[in-house]
Amino acid sequence: MAPSHAEGAPRGPSYLNAEQGLWSWLTTHDHKRIGVMFLAVLLLMFLLGGVFAMALRVELLTPGDTVMGRLAYNRAFTVHGVVMVWLFLIPSIPTSFGNFLLPLMLGARDVAFPRLNLASFYLYVLGATMTLWGVFQGGVDTGWTFYTPYSTATGRDLLPVLVGVFVVGFSTILTGINFITTVHTMRAPGITWMKVPLFVWALYGTSIIQVLATPVLGMVLALVALERVVGAGLFDPGRGGDPLLYQHLFWFYSHPAVYIMILPGMGVISETVCAFSRKQPFSYRVIVWSTVGISFVGFLTWGHHMFVSGQSTFGAGAFSLLSMLVAIFTAMKIFTWLGTLYRGSLWVTTPFTYVLGFIFLLFFGGMSGVAVAVTSADLHWHDTYFVVAHFHFIMVGASLMAFLAALHYWFPKMSGRRYPEGMGIGTAVLIIFGFIATFLPQFLLGNMGMPRRYADYPDAFQPLHVASTAGASLLGFGFLFVAIYLGWSLRHGRAAGRNPWGSEGYEWRSDSPPPEFNFHAPPVFPRPPHDYGRPSAEGEVDHAA
Amino acid sequence: MSELLRRILFLPDAASSLAPRVDRLHFFIIVTTFIVGAGIGLTGLIFLVRYRRGRAEALAPVMTAPAWLEAAFAGVPLAFFLLWGALGFQDYIWARTPPREALDVYVTGKQWMWKFAYPGGPGMVGVLHVPTGTPVRLLLTSRDVIHSFYVPAFRVKMDALPGRYTEIWFEAVRPGRYRVLCAEYCGLDHSRMRAEVVALEPGAFETWRARQRSEPTWASGEGEEESLLGPLAAEGRVVAAKQGCLQCHTLDGTPHIGPTWLGLYGREEPLASGGSVRADVAYLTESMMDPLAKVVAGYAPVMPSFHGRLSAAEVGALIEFIKSLQPERPEPPPVQEPDYGPLPR
Repeated sequence: MAPSHAEGAPRGPSYLNAEQGLWSWLTTHDHKRIGVMFLAVLLLMFLLGGVFAMALRVELLTPGDTVMGRLAYNRAFTVHGVVMVWLFLIPSIPTSFGNFLLPLMLGARDVAFPRLNLASFYLYVLGATMTLWGVFQGGVDTGWTFYTPYSTATGRDLLPVLVGVFVVGFSTILTGINFITTVHTMRAPGITWMKVPLFVWALYGTSIIQVLATPVLGMVLALVALERVVGAGLFDPGRGGDPLLYQHLFWFYSHPAVYIMILPGMGVISETVCAFSRKQPFSYRVIVWSTVGISFVGFLTWGHHMFVSGQSTFGAGAFSLLSMLVAIFTAMKIFTWLGTLYRGSLWVTTPFTYVLGFIFLLFFGGMSGVAVAVTSADLHWHDTYFVVAHFHFIMVGASLMAFLAALHYWFPKMSGRRYPEGMGIGTAVLIIFGFIATFLPQFLLGNMGMPRRYADYPDAFQPLHVASTAGASLLGFGFLFVAIYLGWSLRHGRAAGRNPWGSEGYEWRSDSPPPEFNFHAPPVFPRPPHDYGRPSAEGEVDHAA
Repeated sequence: MSELLRRILFLPDAASSLAPRVDRLHFFIIVTTFIVGAGIGLTGLIFLVRYRRGRAEALAPVMTAPAWLEAAFAGVPLAFFLLWGALGFQDYIWARTPPREALDVYVTGKQWMWKFAYPGGPGMVGVLHVPTGTPVRLLLTSRDVIHSFYVPAFRVKMDALPGRYTEIWFEAVRPGRYRVLCAEYCGLDHSRMRAEVVALEPGAFETWRARQRSEPTWASGEGEEESLLGPLAAEGRVVAAKQGCLQCHTLDGTPHIGPTWLGLYGREEPLASGGSVRADVAYLTESMMDPLAKVVAGYAPVMPSFHGRLSAAEVGALIEFIKSLQPERPEPPPVQEPDYGPLPR
């Protein structure tokens, strides 16, 4: 059945024009508007982090100073890391698409605590502003990890950044609590736990990590602040402190944070892979249980960041083993997605192109993760470009591809308009190849022994750096194209209709864009989500009344 | 075969007894990854061609994975991961357990150089001489922040932490010169914190060490240096260390973030704003309190003000200390700056 565009005009105003004016946006409690506001700010952050990424790549074109000195380079990679990790990737999918879609996918009017949701947005804006102001006025050069004792000894003013990231952390916690409560209490009749859409499961797993792990980040940032302000000596061996304590606490949060960044992306893929192969998931329960597994086992692997820190040999072995266990869940998901494609009816669209890119790149990102979790191999790879390439495969190759898949898949849902599909597919291919061209050479640089965070490097590393920078410029053009055609489509795209993809997802059962309270009447979903196996009951929303 | 893979993967020469072990496992993992990755890519492509829908949507069959397949999705990769983990851990234990007869070398990292010292001397900056075919145990520590001692050709890396010792060992298998890099970000000149391992035949090493011990080119003379200082200047040295002055100002004549203090007192310094100034007591005091007022040419205006952070007595002590640093005192020998061109094969 071709996707239906003939569903008649939506009944009544959408969330976009239910109220008018800037003030109605700034004071809204509507999860959809909050999601859109988050999305707008996040895209700005991505632009900022991306500009600094390009500056770094240009600097690395030649050994020695190319366009900036060492101090400027150290500050630039700090800005890039701080903005991309703390201000873009960690909040990205949950706060934007999660906020917009979670209630829709559960058949709810809103999240459980709409006012708290708005508070979470303003906390994020406040924290992000403080962080950025702090990074720029203080000339912070610690990297996004703030490792002690460098961060406690550096002459730069770090305090505003610590406070800013702390505040952003609270925004994350509030969103997590909100989502957990919503999933537990606001599911429409009939949506039992094993009928919850897979994107919701991913958000649920993410929220658990956010709520349990982020407080530890708050504590460790507070300890660094204490060290700097009153000289507490916790990380200073001169006063009986331990510099490694910081790394344990930091990674206890920041390794689970990797899953905060990737789990929602996996949820997006689970949704879209079904929608564009017209099949139910190859195994719903494998996806669900691997999501839950990642959320819990992810807490037990932090020590694999410390194999060469002087951590005990036994400790390293234990963390290596636990890291192997957490990798399994990702492998299970990859095979399940492939199984979903098998004998499907594959519809090549922009989101689907990103899905294929995601699966392929996540595989290499995941396997390189397993490789660095092998203790002996990590003796060579630790803190080299191999690690840089590895986590960019996860964070850009996977998380960002998922973000782009989500952006294109739900663009009609959020805006009510279509974008030029051919342009989208072409750009997706450009971005995927640009990505590979950027980061594949970095694996080889790591093999050669190029350490991270080097403004200057021995001449032998130059050819691969040039290749990487060339790839990065392809990537940059790709993002620019996306911004241009999506921006154009916001105004000039043709109307999407309610369900342009013919998707079975619950969120498509309401109008696109949805009305203010999501559904015109309390919805009932008699079929499980992703139920593509039979001729679609396309068209009508099932209402209880 | 392994030589071919090493070149394809851009790995440096395998110059230690550990390197072939690490590389073997590396090749196992990478080759498996590429085979499976190619399989996944091909499967995706085949699906894309075979199952791509036409203009009309075909009805896809309903299917779910049988339980045995679900178990295989978890079990097969798990078996590989655990095997790699176990093999790697064996080598890791080996790499972190130095043999008893190993030659000890103390390694000290500081911003931004490596110091090496053998028990009984000598000590060196920037160059570590080791005998080939002999296990060498490194005992690493740091004077300031965390550094990481990394020799790519040996596949060896270990952090140097302030306030504790870490250890790692290696055995160089071939004479040669190997690059040492700092792998843990440690501030401004992190990327220039380089050194070199010179591996010599055991006989040549003994000759070298004997010669060094009889006529040291670099004695660790900090004890005697201390005794030359008056009490106020000695206190100034303590203040300088505590306030972090020495992170930017060196005492040995090399310019860093700020000008060196060696011979600074009384020197005529050119200013960034043009003109020049004599570095007398007044200028030094002003520079501590209002550092950006007169910045020496060639340096970035990055020094923070110490107004309110130094007592009058501390300022006096610092100035006495700077005064005492005059170049007629015996200068340390020039650091042997290694040459980082491509190493000869």
